[in-house]
Amino acid sequence: MNRYPVWKYAIIVIALLLGALYTLPNFFGEAPAVQVSSGKATVKVDIATLGKVEDALKAAQLAPQVLALEGNSVRARFDNTDNQLKAKDAIQKALIPDPADPPYVVALNLVSRTPAWLASLHAAPMYLGLDLRGGVHFMLQVDMQAALTQRVESLAGDIRSLLREKEVRHGGIARNGQSLELRLRDAQQLAGAKNVLASQFPDLLVNEAAEGSEYRLTLTMKPEAARKVQEQALKQNITTLHNRINELGVAEPVIQQQGLERIVVQLPGVQDTAKAKDILGRTATLEVRMVDESTEARSAELGQGAVPFGTERYLDRDGRPLIVKKQVVLTGDNLTDAQPGFDSQTQEPVVNLTLDAKGARIFKDVTRENVGKRMAIILFEKGKGEVVTAPVIRTEIGGGRVQISGRMTTVEANDTALLLRAGSLAAPMEIIEERTIGPSLGAENIAKGFNSVTWGFLAIVAFMCVYYAMFGVFSSLALAVNLLLLVALLSMLQATLTLPGMAAMALALGMAIDSNVLINERVREELRNGASPQSAIHAGFDRAWATILDSNITTLIAGVALLAFGSGPVRGFAVVHCLGILTSMFSAVFFSRGLVNLWYGSKKKLKSVSIGTVWRPEGGSAVKAD
Amino acid sequence: MEFFKIKKDIPFMKHALVFNAISFLTFALAVFFLFTKGLHLSVEFTGGTLMEVSYSQPADLNKVRSTVAGLGFAETQVQNFGTARDVMIRLPAQKGVSSAQQSEKVMAALKADAPDVTLRRTEFVGPQVGDELMEDGLKALAFVVAGIMLYLAIRFEWKFAVSAIIANLHDVIIILGFFAFFQWEFSLAVLAAVLAVLGYSVNESVVIFDRIRENFRRFRKMNTVEIIDNAITSTISRTIITHGSTQIMVLSMLLFGGETLHYFAMALTIGICFGIYSSVFVAAAIAMWLGVTREDLIKPVKKDGDPSDENHGAVV
Repeated sequence: MNRYPVWKYAIIVIALLLGALYTLPNFFGEAPAVQVSSGKATVKVDIATLGKVEDALKAAQLAPQVLALEGNSVRARFDNTDNQLKAKDAIQKALIPDPADPPYVVALNLVSRTPAWLASLHAAPMYLGLDLRGGVHFMLQVDMQAALTQRVESLAGDIRSLLREKEVRHGGIARNGQSLELRLRDAQQLAGAKNVLASQFPDLLVNEAAEGSEYRLTLTMKPEAARKVQEQALKQNITTLHNRINELGVAEPVIQQQGLERIVVQLPGVQDTAKAKDILGRTATLEVRMVDESTEARSAELGQGAVPFGTERYLDRDGRPLIVKKQVVLTGDNLTDAQPGFDSQTQEPVVNLTLDAKGARIFKDVTRENVGKRMAIILFEKGKGEVVTAPVIRTEIGGGRVQISGRMTTVEANDTALLLRAGSLAAPMEIIEERTIGPSLGAENIAKGFNSVTWGFLAIVAFMCVYYAMFGVFSSLALAVNLLLLVALLSMLQATLTLPGMAAMALALGMAIDSNVLINERVREELRNGASPQSAIHAGFDRAWATILDSNITTLIAGVALLAFGSGPVRGFAVVHCLGILTSMFSAVFFSRGLVNLWYGSKKKLKSVSIGTVWRPEGGSAVKAD
Repeated sequence: MEFFKIKKDIPFMKHALVFNAISFLTFALAVFFLFTKGLHLSVEFTGGTLMEVSYSQPADLNKVRSTVAGLGFAETQVQNFGTARDVMIRLPAQKGVSSAQQSEKVMAALKADAPDVTLRRTEFVGPQVGDELMEDGLKALAFVVAGIMLYLAIRFEWKFAVSAIIANLHDVIIILGFFAFFQWEFSLAVLAAVLAVLGYSVNESVVIFDRIRENFRRFRKMNTVEIIDNAITSTISRTIITHGSTQIMVLSMLLFGGETLHYFAMALTIGICFGIYSSVFVAAAIAMWLGVTREDLIKPVKKDGDPSDENHGAVV
């Protein structure tokens, strides 16, 4: 009765093997490494970059242990920090000719020593949270009301100019909170305006009201359109943050959306919070200026003369100089969007810019007066300007929709659009949560968590083995398997391990032993009531199962609640807690039964079971079934 | 080895009134302290800035206090954290001031006093986050209570569900009472511990209820009180050993986990101790007073088998 079919043992063996395999990477530790990633949206890290890094290291006579292209970065692993630092210098020298304008981010990092064959199975060590590795954590709240207001403002401008274009007269348009009010004097104006709105502004909800002889249209954004605006604002802010953080040279920054209006930024290893905050909050500015095309300017461009009065010299992205006037036509504040696209007639890649009402008006005037001349769009970062693009004005451009075209590839169009957008945040942001953990504290936290788990585990094992003898050994083995599977699962899922997570691990072990105690006590009780050893084992496991299931489900309910409503540290706790309950069901019931079956199952004439003292009250059992 | 050599069923239910009176008294005290003293909420809930700094020599708290006060912060707290060299500083949330700058300002002032000071950890939480955490915490609590009651009501009977949740919520209140009385810091980790305890100590009640149900099937001549006494007596050894094992783990956290896990482990310890008490003495008694009967529990079994069959087993 206490036998497992072969397939059940097979499941146990497979689970153990998988568990061991995926736990293994955690034992290799970490090695110092240099990581090269892209510092600009326009720079891609690829095989060519790998080659450059290789050459640079060869030239410096440094031999990395591993040099590989992983995802979007090149990593070179070294045996000690000395070589790591030397390699960083060498790579920096070779890859970054101008330190003021780095195309790549060269950062120091720690990477796992996991051998390649394990890595190819996607076995990686657990991902350590910031409280265990040190670093900075920010939570930023995006001001969505501001994003919506901005959008409504620009819609007002669009409507105004479109109504003018279609020669629909109106009594004025005004913004009222998140909605617009359009006044119309008679029914004819009303019909005209409604017509324009219906055909050109599908995102707006139109509400009509008559006021005496006048009409008033209230325009609000449709909820799905408003949602889209918010999504885009969040996305753009994340992109902008990415660009800015690249400058910090952080090896593995985490920039994630959280909820509908929050962004979490985690910078492992960064200690200088002041600088990090400075960079996150900085605003890059975009300026549109006219190019000076006089003869003096031409010669200055070629380096054959002084820069004329009232102009400045900037380089474009290919390093060609350009002389532009100091007078600013437009700033990035007037740019609401920049998207790559294709020209409807020539099918050429283009970048479409959308300007707000004020920008559109200025742009219209400037383009009318400067047909045939060039205008430059300059991106200022860290006080240094770079010409993103300098197109020729072909015609007067009204309506705030600008198309930049001409000898661009699709990739270039994409990059230009990104750069133009990267200049600004779509909506203002505020830091609402900040955590800094020093590196020594991180290491201490690991030690504390590790010690708690180890000592607690050993104490339980010692007690179980003394109290339940052989069955205690089985229970202890089951507990060890539980720990193994839990670590393997966490490694496999690449869940973030935090200090509360380690506490959950300890607690999971403490609670998991509950199942084994239930079983062991039940077996003892069956023996006490006079059952034969084999049937006592059988009944013990069977009867304990229902109870184990019930109690694990109630614990799981609490775990799921924490997972659903918890954030930050509580979430880290909840993940491990829930996984621990699931693995304990397997190890404490299925696995330990397997062990017991293997040990006792084949013994037909089993006289006694080693489960510690089975005490019987004198004069028979205390409890009798009737 | 065997710790529990119990010859006869212990008449727990005879003293149920006394146990419940004790329980109610503790509960009332806990509520009293919760109202009079209130919880000492961590920065995570209240919003504000928390800084942990470390000196190479034992720190002069008074000096640190006066330095911080000199910067014009209203209610600051300066205390040792773990060792004499580590100091924890709490600053309240200030309207208007970007609290991200607070820690830098304080750090600069401390550096001016003693150059050897290093920043180990800072934590800043905006007030809006704190409110949300409170709300989420209460939601989680409601979810756990509803979930467990629903499960127990389906698996057993509503009387059990009600008594189990009363018994265990009273544990939760008592843990909170301890935190209020000693003014221990109530952080997110403690909240997690409290909810974990709630899920965990319901186990105890479940184990006893399971046994009560089984006894109703097996011992047809016993009355309800005897059945409950027997169920508690035969599971008490298991109850104490499992809680003991869990407590070993928690104790290890208390000893080795350092300051960060201290209150987490503390909450668990209190939860485990009162968990035993409430599931053994309180939950079953309430179920008894609610009038749990044989018919309540045996009914569902009639569908698929003979309830009087002794070998029918406990598995449902």
